[in-house]
Amino acid sequence: MMGQGQLRFEDISCQRGGRLLFENLSFALGPGDAAVVSGPNGIGKSSLLRLAAGLLMAASGTIQRAGRIALADESLALDRHLPLQEALGFWAKMDGGATGKALALVSLDHLAQVPVRMLSTGQRKRATLARILASCSDIWLLDEPANGLDLASLEVLSQLIASHRASGGIVLAASHQSLGIEQAQDIRLEARP
Amino acid sequence: MKTFLALAARDVRLAYGRGGATLPIIFFLLVATLYPFGVGPDGNLLAKTGGGVLWIAALLASLLPVDRLIAPDMDQGLLDQLAVRGVSEESIVLAKFAGHWLGFGPPLLIAAVPAAALLRLDANMLVRLELGLLIGTPGLAALSVFIAALTAGVRGAGALAGLLMLPLAVPLLIFGAGSLDPYGGSALKLLAATSLLAIAMTPFAAGAAIRAARE
Repeated sequence: MMGQGQLRFEDISCQRGGRLLFENLSFALGPGDAAVVSGPNGIGKSSLLRLAAGLLMAASGTIQRAGRIALADESLALDRHLPLQEALGFWAKMDGGATGKALALVSLDHLAQVPVRMLSTGQRKRATLARILASCSDIWLLDEPANGLDLASLEVLSQLIASHRASGGIVLAASHQSLGIEQAQDIRLEARP
Repeated sequence: MKTFLALAARDVRLAYGRGGATLPIIFFLLVATLYPFGVGPDGNLLAKTGGGVLWIAALLASLLPVDRLIAPDMDQGLLDQLAVRGVSEESIVLAKFAGHWLGFGPPLLIAAVPAAALLRLDANMLVRLELGLLIGTPGLAALSVFIAALTAGVRGAGALAGLLMLPLAVPLLIFGAGSLDPYGGSALKLLAATSLLAIAMTPFAAGAAIRAARE
């Protein structure tokens, strides 16, 4: 099932609240590809990811997607009062993934029984990653995945991205810092006059 | 379908697990307790007006959890995650409706028994009240899910939700209270029709509201 993913933007313009964020943006990602969206705050990086996820409509242009999508944005989307494993299980059951393995990959397996609300910022970010891992998706959309991560976790993040690409997955990440992704397309959003 | 059941089950667990379901019941019983203090302990008067009061209490009880139905899920990104997985907003709303009714309808039907005793309603009246509530509470649940979706992005949504929902619930209240009459069979049918209308409208209206809130 992995390896047939595709994400293609053709002449996309994005408008939010009457303001044009970017226009005529085109790129294409196939199996194994990655792209990093960079640019200053408020330039439309997150909007670009939400466009890719199908949560926003483009003002013009077409977006083609093939394959399952997983979105990791700033919201955790895990029930705060539930133990981490159980909260993750809600999505894993829906997506057909395994929570135990995903938690082990982001080294949160020792916190599996801890309620989600007790997690620290970095741990929440890793829990989001675990949700992505357990979703068995082709296309990963990562919004500032490195925020709040320590050095060891950053290393894990770039390893996970690399192995996802090696198995034919696609990664589209928005970040203002280097993620250590090799041979990634650079999508730079510039400030508009 | 699997997703639908998982969502509805999650909402029911939320309602019962954290004591959310007891809140409407306590409220319902409190109204039934306070009403005699307000109008005096005249048994005939209580029996005559008590059914209508319980209908108003049921309406207000369905409004109580309105700020917890959609807004938290929207804030924590659950609705976005479902949309990314291709789950339509309409089926999310339908699952929310099912979960909300299961969380407050059955407990309310049970609470109506002691409440009827407090207000001196006789057995026939109680049967008619229960039947009306059984038919009417799904409509009330649907309306509160609709209003919850509409006000999800607004700060201090609780008061606004009341203002929006109470006028919409007037038909349910009229036919609900009307069905308490011994010859209220036609009111019961109209109650069922109004209730169905609310249930049929809610997935589309609330689904559109959730999509609009994303922009």
